Amino acid sequence: MEKRLTAALVTAGLLVGLLAGCGGPSAGESPTPDSAGSPTPSAAETPTPHANEITVGIAQDLDDSLDPHKTVAAGTKEVMFNVFEGLVKPTPDGDLIPAVADHYELSEDKKTYTFTLREGIKFHNGDPVEMRDVVYSIERCRGDEGENALIPALAVIESVQADDTTLTITLEQPNTEFLSYLTLAILPEDYDQQDTAPVGTGPFKFVSRAAQDNIVLEKFDEYWGTPAYLDKVTYKIIENTDSLVMSLQSGAIDVCAHLTSTQTAQLGDGFNIEEGTMNLVQALYLNHTVAPFDSLEVRQALSYAIDKDAIIDLAFDGYGAPLGSSMYPAFGKYFMDELTYYYPHDVEKAKELLAQAGYPDGFEMTITVPSNYTPHVETAVVVAEQLKAVGVDAKIQLVEWGTWVSDVYQGRNFQSTICGFDASTMTARALLERFTTDNAKNFINYSSANYDELFQKALNTYDDAEQTQVYKEMEKDLTANAANVYIQDLADLVAVRKGLTGLNFYPIYVLDVSTLRWES
Amino acid sequence: MKKSNAYLRAGMVIAGALTLLIVLGFFWTPYDPTAFVGGKFQPPSLAHLMGTDKFGRDIFSRVLKGAGTTFTIALATVGIGAGCGTVVGALTGYFGGAVDEALMRLNDALTAFPSILLALVVISLVGPENKYNVVLALGLVFIPSYARITRTAFASAREANYVKNARLMGASTPRILAVHILPNTLPVLLPALTIGFNNAVLAEASMSYLGIGVTPPDASLGYMLSEAQSMFTLAPWYVLSTGLVMILLIFGVGLMGEGLQRAQRGVA
Repeated sequence: MEKRLTAALVTAGLLVGLLAGCGGPSAGESPTPDSAGSPTPSAAETPTPHANEITVGIAQDLDDSLDPHKTVAAGTKEVMFNVFEGLVKPTPDGDLIPAVADHYELSEDKKTYTFTLREGIKFHNGDPVEMRDVVYSIERCRGDEGENALIPALAVIESVQADDTTLTITLEQPNTEFLSYLTLAILPEDYDQQDTAPVGTGPFKFVSRAAQDNIVLEKFDEYWGTPAYLDKVTYKIIENTDSLVMSLQSGAIDVCAHLTSTQTAQLGDGFNIEEGTMNLVQALYLNHTVAPFDSLEVRQALSYAIDKDAIIDLAFDGYGAPLGSSMYPAFGKYFMDELTYYYPHDVEKAKELLAQAGYPDGFEMTITVPSNYTPHVETAVVVAEQLKAVGVDAKIQLVEWGTWVSDVYQGRNFQSTICGFDASTMTARALLERFTTDNAKNFINYSSANYDELFQKALNTYDDAEQTQVYKEMEKDLTANAANVYIQDLADLVAVRKGLTGLNFYPIYVLDVSTLRWES
Repeated sequence: MKKSNAYLRAGMVIAGALTLLIVLGFFWTPYDPTAFVGGKFQPPSLAHLMGTDKFGRDIFSRVLKGAGTTFTIALATVGIGAGCGTVVGALTGYFGGAVDEALMRLNDALTAFPSILLALVVISLVGPENKYNVVLALGLVFIPSYARITRTAFASAREANYVKNARLMGASTPRILAVHILPNTLPVLLPALTIGFNNAVLAEASMSYLGIGVTPPDASLGYMLSEAQSMFTLAPWYVLSTGLVMILLIFGVGLMGEGLQRAQRGVA
């Protein structure tokens, strides 16, 4: 009998263990290699943390291709940004400055770019960068007359002419975005191992990659520009987000980007939390061809019913930048702060508008959310709760990412969805073109003649100030028509070990480690 | 005999009290379980017995509601599993032959898969969108074990004197199966039901933990547990209160099962 009781208790204990086991394997395993004497010497674990190197935690391996022209994953680009440079490169302010090019000129008719090659610039393997390498890199991305082009937008090039020091690119017609494509990496022409042992011209050179474990970069001593402060940067791959936090706490990693506010709140005093933005437009996107969202009043009512600040406060601990149109603050000159609270939180006004639209008692709706994006799911929870106040009963439907892409984004078979859209290049066009009536990416079926007209006007305007003005008009059109219920630009929280400084945020998804340094 | 009843009694007290709370939760919770009623991450207090979560929702209300969901799913799962399993077990056990061979080999094949994995396969076929699909998936996965248990009981009863008797009296086969043999399988079936219930609770928890089943803002114990573990150091009361309720539920039902088994051993 006694034995039996013991057995029952042991069973109960095992059940508890089972429960804990749900999260156990991944949470428990990962930190072990570090605590049991890490195979990669980690600077932070030793009593002298100021050895001139850091370890950065990243959530995914760089397993697509290290060849920068073939890389597709944002996570890979984020790391390799430190290894490669184009003729021009982006700055934290969103400008483009010469890199492999020493300087460039744009002709009067805005059709001809003349680049002068930087003198004495070298690849990581010690070879000098020659004009043939530059031409090779551009031609490789441009493809054969538009076919197999790695960057289709380069089709606007009419001709490329080069001598030893100058490169002349002529376009078929003026194109204000063209320069942003010339951030494409300049690679040595006669080198065929880019995908495994990449060679570029950036402040760091690639040293090694151990699949599923780490990537090592070292300072490039012959870099043409401001040299990197750190001698060595190790990227440690930790796929489990809870392990990421533990690794930060244990000292196994010094820097980690893309954390949630819940994660950073657990880190304690050893870290500075730097807040940047994810550079995407998070909104409740509404399908304009589905009732009741075909009604302007309903869309405006929802815009009034949603309290952006409460969402940011509740689901994101106050981190995030509220938005009022399809543009985020990192874009600087295009961003219109005055649109942010165009629809202030006003439940009464929302009810009034719903009544006008013929829904005095509200309605039922479904918000489809990709289940792997916790921030969007949590936003949906708050949105659904806020909509209750105006009588709208919002059901949340979680779908996996693949289903979301095929049904919502491509199939346009949805009522509403919460997700975020970023800009693939640093241009306003990348964010705004998708809402023109016939655009293939216009998954919300937005249709505004005024908007389409403005977009054509923007394309045919070559004066930067004038064009910016037109883009701003387009943003206003989206807001006035309540095209979507705009919420926020998510915060990008980066944990940086105290003593490390120099982190810069970019308007694109990169982590620049060249400016990071230990305070002496 | 007396001691075995103690198991049964303890189990019934724990499981019964929880069931009462859960039933109460269907009709009344202190707060709306999805409403943001308090500050975020408040530790347990008189106003919020189990504290609040990251949105400021009352965890006690959510646990009541969530335990209800988990309880319903577990009951339905056991219902499907035991219902279909008993039918399959009765037919194969009583008639034997080629059908028996075929079904039992299929049974073996299904048992060879880890049950969660099998349920995930079913889910991927029917879609993870609502909790009824989880019931379906888990129910299917539970069929083989019940089929096996009842098959043995029916097979051994086939040649028993009371069955032969009934057959001589001209009782129809369905009547023999349902009225004569089924009640005699209860001693093995009842404990199996309690064990199955516990497994279903855990299976639902694991599925929710993997992000399948209930959708936010609804709650189930497993879903809440998975949500709670990422904020373990911020709000330890969240993971503790949720986990404790689940452990109590399983422990109570487990004790009942143990008591039942002991009771029949005493009788036999």
